[in-house]
Amino acid sequence: MLIKTVFSGFGGQGVLSMGFTMANAAMLEGRYVTYLPSYGVEVRGGTANCTVVVSDEEIASPVASEPEFVVAMNQPSFVRFQSILQSGGLLCVNSSLVNTSSARGDIEILAVPTSELAEKLGQIKVANMVMLGAFIKASNIVSFDFLVEHLAEILGEGKSKLIKLNRDALELGYNFIKE
Amino acid sequence: MKRLMSGNAALGEAAILSGCTCYFGYPITPQNELTEYMAKRMPESGGVFIQSESEIAAINMVLGASVAGARAMTSSSSPGMSLKQEGISYLAADELPAVIVNMVRGGPGMGNISPAQSDYLQATRGGGHGDYRTIVLAPSSVQELVDIVPLAFDLADAYRNPVIILGDGMLGQMMEPVDFSDIKKPKDYPKDYILTGAENRPSRMVRSLLFDTKEEEEHNWKLYRKFQRIEANEVRCETFMTDDAEIVVVAYGIAARIAKGAIKRLRQENIKAGLLRPITLWPFPSKNIVELARYVNDFFVFEMSTGQMIEDVKLALSGRGHVNFYGRPGGVIPTPIELARIVSRHYYQTQKVKRQ
Repeated sequence: MLIKTVFSGFGGQGVLSMGFTMANAAMLEGRYVTYLPSYGVEVRGGTANCTVVVSDEEIASPVASEPEFVVAMNQPSFVRFQSILQSGGLLCVNSSLVNTSSARGDIEILAVPTSELAEKLGQIKVANMVMLGAFIKASNIVSFDFLVEHLAEILGEGKSKLIKLNRDALELGYNFIKE
Repeated sequence: MKRLMSGNAALGEAAILSGCTCYFGYPITPQNELTEYMAKRMPESGGVFIQSESEIAAINMVLGASVAGARAMTSSSSPGMSLKQEGISYLAADELPAVIVNMVRGGPGMGNISPAQSDYLQATRGGGHGDYRTIVLAPSSVQELVDIVPLAFDLADAYRNPVIILGDGMLGQMMEPVDFSDIKKPKDYPKDYILTGAENRPSRMVRSLLFDTKEEEEHNWKLYRKFQRIEANEVRCETFMTDDAEIVVVAYGIAARIAKGAIKRLRQENIKAGLLRPITLWPFPSKNIVELARYVNDFFVFEMSTGQMIEDVKLALSGRGHVNFYGRPGGVIPTPIELARIVSRHYYQTQKVKRQ
């Protein structure tokens, strides 16, 4: 089983750290994983994205031509990446910023108002972790409990003060999605 | 314990664990993270880090460090590698060990910053002026990159020759789980040529200027004999599903990974495809290809260039078998599905010709 996900949004929204966090969790679960950041020519305020491939066997290419999942944190990313999503794929959008009226008819849309949810925690910076929590609930790529359990290890030493905030944000997003 | 690291950063850590004490670099995408990593880690590990004023300065600093006996490394990407060639030629002439990393990007000229494999000929044919070769190692995953770094330093010391690690933008940028526990403390190489001050011993000289033509000729033959020894002893390659293969894809580095994915697809279609992946691009695994040609007639070279390694495959086969080619130059990253379709089409076309 090989699952490809593209995380995308404005530079500064924590898009790369979303991908890095999930990739790290997948690695600790013992799966094969690749994480490929976009390092192309971008403009300030433009889009950032990364591709995470998680698999039970060796991964041939870290590039996702037709990903199963896309996470879009802003409008330009929504426009750019909904076109490469597989038919029947899931698009998680940050509905605080994205208007989904132009969405393709053959994909599933999951709207998460990340800014509003993150504001409940008094810290809009963790909107990305709110989204990641929601995304993991919807996609089931990695175990949510495992991720939360290993959060200190995943975020690294420098972030030890922020573990609780990140955990709260992940749980907020996770619980936002109903069964 | 495994860590999720980019190829560039992992390479830096592996170099330090392999006893590299001098790193000189100049920024260029897509290898910047290596220079960044070394800037942080080298001082911590007691080594020397210098961000040089240019690529040319960096390679000459490597020469200086190597002449003083250090394990020295520099890195760059395609346009920067062109600038380093003079220094690499001098390293080869002076018989000095060094490791030089090239995270290849699209070219020629300034090109772009996407992954490519278009520096194959530059790397495997020496690259600079004069009769010399560099050992060229081509890993295809971040873990293999880590495993190949100590080998690169050992080969450089064992043969007193520059070694090139030929990666590409993707290998440098992407992150994969890596484990450093297999890297052992490097063994001691007796260095009777280094300049350490001539106290209590005769003076030494390291130079490449040999005005006497006889002397230069003898030096050239000496280097030649060394290169023959390397060709005889240091060939490395990997094969995948070649035992019953009717068609063999030859690919290296990141392209070999894509090819592996394609071969798995082709096998599902009952097309008996296999892979030969050179790990040393020079010395090239010619004998392994000739061995395969005893059973296989159809070879498919796949590169992220317009076709450079294909020359070595054809040289190895010397007219035996059919050599086909598929390439995507310019920084385009082909997909496994794409390659599977190309090979599959070729397979059915040749089957049709055989039936007629």
